[in-house]
Amino acid sequence: MTRFIFRRALLALSVVMTVMAMAFVLTRLSGDLAISIAGPGSTQADVEVIRKAYGLDRPVLVQFFDWTRLALTGDFGNSFFFKDKVSNLIGQRMPVTFTLGFTGLAVALVISLPLGILAALNENTWIDRSVSLLVMVGQAMPSFWLGLILMIVFGLQLGWLPISGTGSWQHFVMPAIVLAFTAVPALTRLMRSGMIEALGSDYIRTARAKGLSRSSIIFKHALRNAAIPVVSIAAVQLGFMLGGSIVIETVFALHGVGYLAWESISKNDFPVVQAVVLVLASIYIGLTLVSDILNALLDPRLRGA
Amino acid sequence: MPRLKEIGFVIGLVIVGVVFVAAVIGPWLTGHDAFAQNLNARLIPPFWMEGGSSQHWLGTDQIGRDYLTRLLYGARISLFIGILTVITSGIIGTTLGVLGGFYGGRIDDAVLFVITCRLSIPVVLVALAVVGLVGSSLTLVVTTLGLLLWDRFAVVARATTMQIRSLDYVNAAWCSGCSPLDIMRHEILPNISSHLMVVCTLEIALAILLEASLSFLGLGVPPPLPSWGLMIAEGKDYMFFSAWVIMIPGIALFTLVLGMNMVGDGLRRAFGTQVIK
Repeated sequence: MTRFIFRRALLALSVVMTVMAMAFVLTRLSGDLAISIAGPGSTQADVEVIRKAYGLDRPVLVQFFDWTRLALTGDFGNSFFFKDKVSNLIGQRMPVTFTLGFTGLAVALVISLPLGILAALNENTWIDRSVSLLVMVGQAMPSFWLGLILMIVFGLQLGWLPISGTGSWQHFVMPAIVLAFTAVPALTRLMRSGMIEALGSDYIRTARAKGLSRSSIIFKHALRNAAIPVVSIAAVQLGFMLGGSIVIETVFALHGVGYLAWESISKNDFPVVQAVVLVLASIYIGLTLVSDILNALLDPRLRGA
Repeated sequence: MPRLKEIGFVIGLVIVGVVFVAAVIGPWLTGHDAFAQNLNARLIPPFWMEGGSSQHWLGTDQIGRDYLTRLLYGARISLFIGILTVITSGIIGTTLGVLGGFYGGRIDDAVLFVITCRLSIPVVLVALAVVGLVGSSLTLVVTTLGLLLWDRFAVVARATTMQIRSLDYVNAAWCSGCSPLDIMRHEILPNISSHLMVVCTLEIALAILLEASLSFLGLGVPPPLPSWGLMIAEGKDYMFFSAWVIMIPGIALFTLVLGMNMVGDGLRRAFGTQVIK
């Protein structure tokens, strides 16, 4: 087991390193950084001053290793626009994104687990079909559009919830619902197929043969086994949701990391963009690692992989 | 009622077909230009609402452009982006997946690593960053999405290749002296293509949704091109007074993606493809 964890951790670390390289290359895509920072209407002399000031006159590899070395210690440099350390900015905004992510995941689980179980127990009946229809609809719904519709209905017409901002818990209700909506289809499908597989397995037949009650079979035997992949996917899903929250945070002007990323992209604030990409990717990689280990702990058959 | 599944597939096919035809010939039939502004005819509601006119069936936008024409033109953009993205990502993903699944060993380890790296990258954020930093254009959106959305192709191609690589007909090809490239091209690819078709439809739907999200955030297709996401973004300021400006393009987007997914789902059931997400 220690060997398994060690190997997975090593893999995760190398993925982080690769993503770092990509995040670095990403912000160099626009060509000459110094010209972009200086902005239109600046003279050649201005550009040269900026090139020196930001260390952009050094060889690219030196810049990369310098950035990597500092980034590994949590120092991402200073934001061009906010005049603050990037790590501070991300630190301030992270709680909002995490709150949104965890609430969204909780809402998604509360909706999708019962739906998936219900569909599995009534496989190939109209209940199952309605659930798959719902899943299809959920998959096709553009999250930003759903957000706008909720704003019109609950914000304007009913006046129940604030439309945008970060002030109170009410501000998180609509974004969390929209974010949950993006995860419900996948989780429901997984719960349904896991439950169907579990119900068709030998140990359930044994349990039936022993004359156990239906509820005991479903909840004590089938659900426990079907829940394993869902638990681990939930962790991965949280990573997806944190990455995807950029759209939702922007729609609702919720001041989290996603909104920060959008602001920085529109303002050519490279250090922030780089750092947010790296931080969100690292969180995702970390969550996947946790989910792998969790999976292996719960299901010893996977440890060989 | 086993027929119900096929009904879903047929409905999906009809939706996609109608949108396709509308996208190709629609913009020529409305009698309006998608880019012609008319400041005297701003925000005219659709014909069924009060104040609507029979001249503009779906009304006009905030600078008086015919909404129906723009909607139909937007369908072109959505389909264009969806299809071109999938061609790019399909080539990348299939190549990686088939190589990994066929050779196994070190090559497969490398392919798995690349897939893992790709999965850990937040797609929307990176696509936004690329478009934001390089400058928005249709070509760039297609390229970026194509370079990002190949993961499911790779995963499915790899898994299905592994399933068939030691079957009799592949062994027979080996014995008859075919090169690995020949085997991959003439034995493996045709036999996994049905599974790749499923991924194609699902990825087209995803690409269309992502393009709309990018355009909505102002970092996708540049104005004045009528992307549905951009139309929703432009209508956002007026949505509290005239909700139809965001409802019309939104419903179009939702319907097309739903239809695409229904086709994909029908194919998935027919071919028994496992699509992991």
